[in-house]
Order: sequence, then C-alpha cells, then structure tokens
Amino acid sequence: MRKKSTAAYSAYIYKIEKMQFMLLFSRQGKLRLQKWYVPLSDKEKKKITRELVQTVLARKPKMCSFLEWRDLKIVYKRYASLYFCCAIEDQDNELITLEIIHRYVELLDKYFGSVCELDIIFNFEKAYFILDEFLLGGEAQETSKKNVLKAIEQADLLQEEAETPRSVLEEIGLT
Amino acid sequence: MPAVSKGDGMRGLAVFISDIRNCKSKEAEIKRINKELANIRSKFKGDKALDGYSKKKYVCKLLFIFLLGHDIDFGHMEAVNLLSSNKYTEKQIGYLFISVLVNSNSELIRLINNAIKNDLSSRNPTFMCLALHCIANVGSREMAEAFAGEIPRILVAGDTMDSVKQSAALCLLRLYKTSPDLVLMGEWTSRVVHLLNDQHMGVVTAAISLITCLSQKNPDEFKTCVSLAVSRLSRIVSSASTDLQDYTYYFVPAPWLSCKLLRLLQCYPPPEDGAVKGRLVECLETILNKAQEPPKSKKVQHSNAKNAILFEAISLIIHYDSEPNLLVRACNQLGQFLQHRETNLRYLALESMCTLASSEFSHEAVKTHIETVINALKTERDVSVRQRAADLLYAMCDRSNAKQIVAEMLSYLETADYSIREEMVLKVAILAEKYAVDYSWYVDTILNLIRIAGDYVSEEVWYRVIQIVINRDDVQGYAAKTVFEALQAPACHENMVKVGGYILGEFGNLIAGDPRSSPLVQFNLLHSKFHLCSVPTRALLLSAYIKFINLFPETKSTIQEVLRSDSQIRNSDVELQQRAVEYLKLSSIASTDVLATVLEEMPPFPERESSILAKLKKKKGPGAVSVNELEEGKREGGELNGGGERGGDNSAIAASNASTPSPSADLLGLRTGLPVSAAPPTAGSLLVDVFSEAGVNDDGFLRDLEPPTESSDSLLAEGPGDSDSTPPPPPSVVSEEPAPPLPESDELLNKFVCKNNGVLFENQLLQIGIKSEYRQNLGRMYLFYGNKTSVQFVTFTTTVTCPGELQSHLNVQAKPVEPLIEGGAQVQQVINIESLTDFFEAPLLNIKFRYGGALQNLTLKLPVTINKFFQPTEMASHDFFQRWKQLSQPQQEAQKIFKANHGMDTEVLKAKLLGLGMALLENVDPNPENFVCAGVIQSKAQQVGSLLRLEPNAQAQSGEQMYRLTVRSSKDTVSKRLCELLAEQF
Repeated sequence: MRKKSTAAYSAYIYKIEKMQFMLLFSRQGKLRLQKWYVPLSDKEKKKITRELVQTVLARKPKMCSFLEWRDLKIVYKRYASLYFCCAIEDQDNELITLEIIHRYVELLDKYFGSVCELDIIFNFEKAYFILDEFLLGGEAQETSKKNVLKAIEQADLLQEEAETPRSVLEEIGLT
Repeated sequence: MPAVSKGDGMRGLAVFISDIRNCKSKEAEIKRINKELANIRSKFKGDKALDGYSKKKYVCKLLFIFLLGHDIDFGHMEAVNLLSSNKYTEKQIGYLFISVLVNSNSELIRLINNAIKNDLSSRNPTFMCLALHCIANVGSREMAEAFAGEIPRILVAGDTMDSVKQSAALCLLRLYKTSPDLVLMGEWTSRVVHLLNDQHMGVVTAAISLITCLSQKNPDEFKTCVSLAVSRLSRIVSSASTDLQDYTYYFVPAPWLSCKLLRLLQCYPPPEDGAVKGRLVECLETILNKAQEPPKSKKVQHSNAKNAILFEAISLIIHYDSEPNLLVRACNQLGQFLQHRETNLRYLALESMCTLASSEFSHEAVKTHIETVINALKTERDVSVRQRAADLLYAMCDRSNAKQIVAEMLSYLETADYSIREEMVLKVAILAEKYAVDYSWYVDTILNLIRIAGDYVSEEVWYRVIQIVINRDDVQGYAAKTVFEALQAPACHENMVKVGGYILGEFGNLIAGDPRSSPLVQFNLLHSKFHLCSVPTRALLLSAYIKFINLFPETKSTIQEVLRSDSQIRNSDVELQQRAVEYLKLSSIASTDVLATVLEEMPPFPERESSILAKLKKKKGPGAVSVNELEEGKREGGELNGGGERGGDNSAIAASNASTPSPSADLLGLRTGLPVSAAPPTAGSLLVDVFSEAGVNDDGFLRDLEPPTESSDSLLAEGPGDSDSTPPPPPSVVSEEPAPPLPESDELLNKFVCKNNGVLFENQLLQIGIKSEYRQNLGRMYLFYGNKTSVQFVTFTTTVTCPGELQSHLNVQAKPVEPLIEGGAQVQQVINIESLTDFFEAPLLNIKFRYGGALQNLTLKLPVTINKFFQPTEMASHDFFQRWKQLSQPQQEAQKIFKANHGMDTEVLKAKLLGLGMALLENVDPNPENFVCAGVIQSKAQQVGSLLRLEPNAQAQSGEQMYRLTVRSSKDTVSKRLCELLAEQF
C-alpha cells in the first residue's frame, strides 16, 4: 500500500522496480530457488539471503505475513517444509503478492502433481521455467494457470519428440 | 530418489543431486562437487565432440553447483553453444544458464546477443519467448542497445502471437528500467496504450505494467490510458465471477489485472471527463460494496484476492483525496479490519489508515478508532503489527488527543521492542512539541522520555527541549524545578544530567529562592553526577558551573575550588583541562560586569523546523513523514515558540537550517569545533577579548579563513582557481554547458542584499540555503544543498565562476562538495570570498546533478554584493555633514527617487539598513523621518567611504509612498551600484 499523502505526490518519484526478488528456502534454511529482478552482486545476494532466511525463520507461525526489512517489504508464506518469500517495494500491494506466491505454488503443484520439496530440488530447472512463464522481470506475465502450463507442457512435448536413445552408461546415471 | 519427474529425465543430473544430498558433511559435499567439476571440465576439453544432450546435462549440473553457492568459472561457452541448438530443451537450458550466471560485462555478450537476434527473427513463438525471457532476466545495457529498437516493433506487430506480446511487453519494461534513454516509445505510444483494449487478458496484464511505468515517467504522452483503464476496470468489476474463466481466481475476477489498473490510475489526478470519472467512482463504490457481501468461498485466497483489490482501491481514493464520501467509507471498512481475526488484515488496515489520517476529509473518522489502535499497541503479539499501530497513533494525533496518545506511547515505550525504541522516542518528542498547549506538559513529557528510554534519546531530542525552554520564558522556572527534582533520583540517565546542567546553568536562579534548592544545593546535586559522566557531559557541566558563578556569586569560592582541583585543571582530557583553566581564570580576573556580559543568558534560538522531525524523516524516508506534516510541524512549532519575537527572515533561516548535517552545531547555534558549548554565541568574541592576553587561541569565526591565494593560472575559465591546499573540484561528469542564470536569479540576489542567511533557491527537488559572514574584505559562505526528494542526486557538482571582469575584482573559492546527496539529506559547501576591489556583478553558481537519470542544470547568482564588505562607521552629526560636503563632486553622488514597494514601517527600514552593513546614525539628520548611514567598503586594493541618506515621503503628490535615496562615495561607481541595489529593497 502506498504510504504518502497527495501533497507529497508531485515531489515523490516512484521507484519503478516492482518485485525485487523471490526466494524459496527450507525450514532448515537451505535455499531452493532464487530469482533476482534487480542487478546485485553475488556477494550482496548471499548476504541478503542469509539475513532474510534468518529473519523469516525466527518468526512464529501466527505472525503476519508481512514485515519491513531494510527499506523493503517482505511478503512470505510457508507451504509444508518450504518458505516462499518475496521482496517488494514500499508502495506495492502485499495481499496480491501473497497470492502471486500461492498461484506459483499451484502451478508447481499442478505440473509435478502434489509438489513437494524434492520435486523442486531435483527439477530445479523446471521450477525456474515455470516461474519465467508466470512472472517476468518481477511482474505478472500470465496469471491463467492453464496458459502457463500449456506453455511448459508444449516444451516438454517438443523435448520428448526430440529425445534420442541414450547410452547404457547414461541410463544408469554414470556420466 | 524421487519419483522421476515429467519431461526430460537427465538421469546423470538426478544421480548427482542425490549424491550431494547424501553427503554427510560440508567437506564431503565439496569433495563430491570438485570431483564433478573435474569430470565436466575433462568432458568439455576432451577430443570427442559432445552431443547436445550431454552438453545440456553438464551445463545443468554446473548451474546446480552454482545455485548451491559455489563459484563456477567455466562452461559459459558451452552454454552459449546450446543457444544455437535447434532442440528446444537444449536452448532452454542454455538460456537459463545465461540468465543466472552471465553478468553484463561478459565478453560473451556479443555471441549471446547474436543467438538472441536469431531466435527473435525465427518467427518461432517458443524460441522468441525464450529469447525475450533471457533479455528480461539479464536486462543489461548491452542488450538494451541491441534490442531496444526491435522489441517495440514485435510488441505492436499485428501478427505477433499473444504469448510473445506478453513477453515483449515485460521485456521492454525491464530494458526501460535499466536504460530509459534507449527505449524510445515515440511512434508506438498510442498502439501500446491500446493494448489495454486487447482481447487477451494475459496481454493486458503484461502490457499494463509497461504502460504504468511509462506513464509515471511521461504522464502527458500516456494520459489517454486513463479512460481505457477505467472502462477495462469497469468491465472486470461488473463481471460475474465466472465470466473471465481462467482469469478468475477463487471467484474473484482478474485480481492481478484489477490491482494493476487501479495502480495505473494512481499515476494521474482524477479524470477530468465527467463521464469517465462517474464510471470510476461507480467502480470504486462497487469494490467497497463487495467488501460487505458475504464471501463466495471460505478460502483465504478468495478473501486475499478480494481485499488486495479493495486496498488498492482505497489507495486510489486516498490518492485522489477529493471524494469525502469514499474516504469515509474506506475508513469505516478499514475500521472493521482493525478487529479482524486475520493478522494480515489488521496489519494492512493499520498501515492504510495512516495515510487516511492525513486527509482532512477522513482525519476525524480515523480518530474514532483510537481505542482500538491503542489496544493493538498493547496486545498485538507481532512486533511488526505493533509498529504499525504506533505509526497510526502518530498519524492520527492532533491537539484533541495528543495527551492521551503521548501517554500511551510513553507507557508502551517501557516495554517496547528495542528495534523500534529510537523511532518511538523521536515520535513522542515530536508530538509533545507539536501539540504542546502548556509547556510544563512538554517538559514533563521529555523528561519522562529520558527517564524511560534515556539510551534512545538522541541529541536532537534533548537539544530541542533546551531550545524550547530557552525561547519560552514562561516555562523556564518550571523546567528548572522539574529537572532539579528529576536529578534527585539516585540513578539518572546521563541525558538527564545534560539537560539538568544546561537548564540549571541558565535558569537555576529561578528556583534558588527555595532553601531546598539553594544555589549550593543545586551545585552539589549536579556535581554529584559529574564523576559518572562522559567527557562531553562533564564539559557541559563545567560550563554550567561557570554560569553558576555569574548567577550566584556565593558559589564562586566552592566552584573555583572544584575547578582548581587537580582532577580538573590537570585532567588528561584536553578539552576538560582547557575549560577548567579558562573558567578559573575568567572567574578570577573578569569584573562582575564582564562576567555578566560573557555569561549572559542564552539569547532565544532562531525559529526553525524541529530537527527531530528532520531526523525522523531521514530515518524513515519520506514515506513516514509526509511533507504536509513537516510543514504543519514547522508552522505550529513557529507559532508555539513565539515566532513573532523575531523578524520574518527567521523562517527562512529556519528552513535552511532544517537538517544541517551536524545537528549539534546547528541546534545549539554554535559551530562544531567551538569548544565552549554552553557559552552563548554572542559571547564568543568577548571571551576572546578577555583571554587575548592569556594567549588563548581566537576561536572567532574567521580564524582559519586565509585570503584565497591568487591563481596564476588565469586561463582556467573555472574561476580564480584553487589554492594548493584545496583539491580541485571533481571533474565535471556532465558535459553540458552550464545553463544561463535563471530569470529570477536577480530577484533572488536582491533578497540577500540586506541579510546574510536564508533560502536562496527552492524548487521541487532542491533547496539551497545560505549562511554567510563577512569581515573586512573577506567573507565565508556556507551553502546547504538539500535534496527534497527520496531519491539520490548523483554526480552533484557545483561550479562558482566570476564572469568577465569580475574575475579581477573578486576572488571566490569553492570547496568541493559531495558528489552524492541521499534522498532527504543535505550537504554543505563552503565558499571563501575575497574582495580585491569594488565590483558590480555577482559570481555565478552553476549546479548540475542527475536525478533519476535526468540531468538538472541550473545557474544562480551568488548573493555576494558590494555592501557585504561594509564596515560600519559611527560618527557625529557634525562629522557626517562635513564628509557629505567633501564628497560633493557630481559623479560621486548617485540618487534615485522611487516608489515604495513595501510599507514604510520605521523598524523594518532600520533593520534593513542595519542589514546593509552600514552604521545607522541617529540624531544626525535634522529631519527625524530621514535615515542616514555611514560605512567603509573594504577591499584588498582600497577602502571606499560611503554615506547614505534615505528620505521617505509618505504622502507624495501622487498620493503614493515615495523614497529619495542619495548615496555619496569616494568612488563614483560604488555610489551608482549601491543606489541600484538599495532601490530594490524598500
């Protein structure tokens, strides 16, 4: 929500970044997915991740899903063993961000079929692909579940057609 | 092993991930990773060409290793190779690797751009989308350079697939954020705006983000989007919950798009077209109505989506701030949420109400919820919610409820979380000051604040209480009594000792009549705290002691004894030792009269914006304290603190002082580095006189002001050049020529002819304040550049030049200024000025900086006028007329007859003439209505004596108020210039 009066309007310049980043991490604090929508150095990313994971994990279950952190707002929600955590700007809408998280979870769930943390660990690339179809540059690109999954499944289809026979070694996972 | 997933099972990858997960220790994991890296490296280097699948698998493994937090320094080339694969999944992995791992300055960027270019022109929508995603993810400047021209074409082309349009819109948005200068919408503008009408909801959802961003930057060009957005919103809001099929989310039609539409509308004022506005108001009413309907689902997703739209609608209502009915309805709705069982809603309601509180239409409605909010402050279990409650109490505070709110906040402070204490303290201090009706309440509150949360009471807070006590004589006795009582506590906070020391030193006499607080009792009480205090506090106490000697001669011997003790006079701290020595000496050699003058009561502080407010603003950014509030604070502060006591100029000084970087210097009206922090500034020079024999350094203002050295390098157009000791100003980053002086710069200059301090210039971005002092032919000017926005100013450079002949008349040296000004911050620049001979023009001050990417370039005239170098000359009537006659050559006199621009108030005229720098001579002119002045203009080359006579004529023939001004100087040009300057002043 925007925190400013109309009088301040003219002097106020919008920061035009929307979502700054999204992190998925486990209850043990293991990072499972990271998506950065603002350019940051690897060092900064690691620092932010460390601090934020700590902050969020320290919160109690019934607390509210929003918190001010540095000059950002953090919106987070826990699904089973995974925390989904988004950083947005001061004037952004917290509730709709909460539902962005939920829609993403739904997409993962639909794609993997009752998704669990392991699906995301072993198929991390898919998790990234789905996210890119849903959110691009931190903004919702396509909110229809059907349309997002259609795009992803089309890709899978292309893949299966293109599949070539693999060596025996590859089949047993030795290369 | 998990159930094998859909799509490509890269078994080798799955096995590797399993291995990593099975590692028992960090070391084992690193070992396994190193083994894998060696394997991959050998594969990549091997003779056998790898097939696409293997390449994909290894690149994917590298990516996994990187995401685990390890560095990856190879494989980039292989990933780039994958981009040109014909197989979708290989290409996809290639792009993913690039998006995650390639930074913009990579040498590979050319190859990557090539591959992207091929995919963009492939006309294969899936490939195009991949390429667009990659650009949007990397978003580097190089990519903007390569593709910013192409993507708008793709976005608006008639035959582009919907999915590609969606990616293109957001891709362009990302490039616009990185490199706004490269994304030129020009001819595409109208077609992009019309994407709001697109049949495909996904296209609208993506495009609106781009349009919102572009509208924020170019509102005029995009303003047609308002009516389109309203009609789109209206269609969504009125649609049934199933109409939009897959864009309906838990029975809420298109919540994301609705929020984005409402957000877009917040870039604009309310629509002017009555029909559009009516339709919009209808939408907003419908949204408010829906909030009252029973939920269509019990799922939290349903209520979240619905309320997301509601809160966004309320933001828009607050943004318009023109529909009282909607504002009050919004407030009532939020009021319901304040007691909702969902913590999230309570949090958001508190937050949103904060902004409603600042609207005149809803302020009263917000206030009705005070009890609920106080209750939230006391009972919420989540600190972030309590913080919101405290913010809201602050926002809803006014005269009617200030006492209650301040009391609640004070009692909350006792148990408040450490993380928010400092901010709470500032807020309490501000409210107490802003709404103080009686000052005893204010003093009580601040002292309570120090008692409860002394550690969190910053300097600004206790400086401020002292400022106010000094400026309000009706509260001084009460303050003295109260601090005296507070100091009785066996353990009191050091900040309390500071306030106590200062106030008793000034006003201890007001309570000295009571034997329980006799001078000696006061002194002993203060001195009992001395040894527990830090050096700065001890220094302050020593100053209080010397003031005691003046106030209460009977304490002199006791205090002298204390000062004389080894622990003072030989203190290892040089500051304390110096004070002890000086004060002891002062008390022994100065006569009572001198002592009384030196240690006179502090003069009232100039009225100014509370520096606490400035601090809070800085702490929280502009979000927390609105401009409104600041101004209100200033206004009320001025009124409360007896703003009428001084001339109107003070408000200007106040503004320029508002957030001077060194608050200690600023607040106490002393400069940093001046050691005697409790001595009144007016006494500074007196102290110096007393001690000049004792060999104490002159701490006077111009002590370290050396005449600027003449530059031998006169070729530099920059100005008179820099002395060796001053580093040259940072090279100008911006190549643009300095702008010509602003049209109003002469007018601004004229404002400063008769004063030295104030606000030189102000626009929406920048405020420039000036403080200056002159002595003989030297001057020093402090410029304060204040960033009024919340965004940094970068490459901030200033250049002072003396155009044309002025170069040889005036020597001006500007110290370099910080190139970066944070939002809400202020930086200071010192300018040294030396007058070489008399001069006419003013130096030019050019300021350049970048604000949100746009270059700001403005030039002002620096208010250095010849009269600044006046030394007043007192003389008797006889002498005056004798000299007047001596200057009788026609060219020595300049005369002007002009209409009065301002009222003929004698006191105002006198103040202006004094400000001019000449001596105002009383009883000289036979006509008591006239004013005469005398002074000598100092410059390095010469001294020019000047005499002035101002004859007001309140009832001239024309019925208008007229003046005749006559100036005679030993130099004709000076007479002329003075006459010109002064004619604008009266």
